[in-house]
Amino acid sequence: MKYMLLMQFSSATADFPGITEWTPDEIKAHIAFMGRTNKTLAADGELVDAQGLAMPDTAKVVRAGTDGAAVVTEGPFAETKEFLAGWWIVDVEDEARAVELAAYISTAPGPGGAPLNMPLEVRQVMSGPPADL
Amino acid sequence: MDAVPVDANRPDDLLRTLAPQVVGVLTRRFGDFDTAEDAVQEALLAAAVQWPRDGLPDNPRGWLIQVASRRMIEQVRGERARRDREDLAARREPAGVVAPAADVDDAQGRDDTLLLLFLCCHPALTPPSAIALTLRSVAGLTTGEIAGAFLVPEATMGQRISRAKQKIKAAGSTFSMPDADAWPERLASVLHVLYLLFNEGYAASGAELQRVELAQEAIRLTRALHAQLPDDGEVGGLLALMLLVHARSAARTGPDGALVPLAEQDRSLWDGEAVAEGVALITEAMPKGPVGPYRVQAAIAALHDEARTVEETDWPQILALYDVLERVAPSPVVTLNRAVAAAMVHGPEAGLAIVDALAADPLLTRGHRLYVTRAHLRERAGDRVGAAEDFRAAAARTASLPERHYLTIKAAGLNA
Repeated sequence: MKYMLLMQFSSATADFPGITEWTPDEIKAHIAFMGRTNKTLAADGELVDAQGLAMPDTAKVVRAGTDGAAVVTEGPFAETKEFLAGWWIVDVEDEARAVELAAYISTAPGPGGAPLNMPLEVRQVMSGPPADL
Repeated sequence: MDAVPVDANRPDDLLRTLAPQVVGVLTRRFGDFDTAEDAVQEALLAAAVQWPRDGLPDNPRGWLIQVASRRMIEQVRGERARRDREDLAARREPAGVVAPAADVDDAQGRDDTLLLLFLCCHPALTPPSAIALTLRSVAGLTTGEIAGAFLVPEATMGQRISRAKQKIKAAGSTFSMPDADAWPERLASVLHVLYLLFNEGYAASGAELQRVELAQEAIRLTRALHAQLPDDGEVGGLLALMLLVHARSAARTGPDGALVPLAEQDRSLWDGEAVAEGVALITEAMPKGPVGPYRVQAAIAALHDEARTVEETDWPQILALYDVLERVAPSPVVTLNRAVAAAMVHGPEAGLAIVDALAADPLLTRGHRLYVTRAHLRERAGDRVGAAEDFRAAAARTASLPERHYLTIKAAGLNA
């Protein structure tokens, strides 16, 4: 079963300073944790995909205007309190395993090496067989 | 009698029929399934390149055994060289490395296909691991092909297969027939893996609704198993079930890829040849020993396939068979199916009464099946509001995208 683990950053719930205020070693430790995690997921035969997203400062919001032409709003958006930081797609035995992986990723270290405990949303990917109707 | 039927005009089929036999020969010769399996995979890849280019060798199996053996000896030597570097004192000849014989006994090759199935569907493995390993070792697919079928990266699939082999080794399983005590459990495990592989053929991601190749792969492997164990009723039952369900596959999807339920399928699209073969198989398998779940399900599928319309279906007989199935393999899903049959025989209220008795089961209310069943029964009973509510609840819970589309459209139609 495939699940997507969405790492959502929320300035409302985050009780740690932004990454720009961390020490180089704290940032390196965080990056190393993510690298190790992805390596382990691959070695366990569970990794489908993992991607980090560029910071929302460079984001654009696009909608179609009249005639379908793109109407683009450029970031940064002052009102952004929550943004998607990245995601994993894992192919696992069951939902319990997806939850276990999300909890592990949530322990990624931040300032002082303490776990950030960032929230991850766990969503099933629509890839199951339909019932024989 | 071939273990798996071969079409000589299709070198792929030949390669894949020979694959498990060559794995068997090498495992026997070197006593190491894990390394033998890797070596054969490389020989298969080499053959896939060389045979179309240079023509089929005179003795394809001998060719594969030669190439895989050579690869294996290289690996053993490489392993020894590494050990020697680490420990100069250890300069022993590796045990078991002998020159490959020109060819092996045919009967042995067929038995090896069966032995490999038992090994790859070992109860110590999770079903996804067993499926992946079976597709590679027994069905002779490449890691890339298996990864493509399951939409995961090749490296991930490679790791899954290699871990599965480690797990078999850790479980202490050997390349030999299970003894009489273990036989029923081990065979049940093989049938379960083949059944799940078949179902996986109907799972989909994105637009495609059926992964026909996987279903056909499951049929091909079960056919080989049936050829080996023709007197086992449940093996015959499983093959019949697959053929009878797969016979409807062309009618199961609309032109736009949408799901078409059994009641609305164009039955002229069903594969009559597969139906005939399935019916013959289940008729022959039915009296062979105490009836098990695969034969009962095949018998039910046969009754559906033989009916020209939903109305002409022998629903009383189907209901009786679901009663049997509930006794031999009870599960909430079986009870839901029995409710549908009961509704066809005694009216929707009778079906709804059965479903209502299950409505408190938390395992069922988390999934979508209870809601799908109740939605259809409520619709038949004329309860449009209740049916729409259930179709929506089912749509929110299914893990199949085409099914969600179907359920959402059904709910919308009842809102009008």
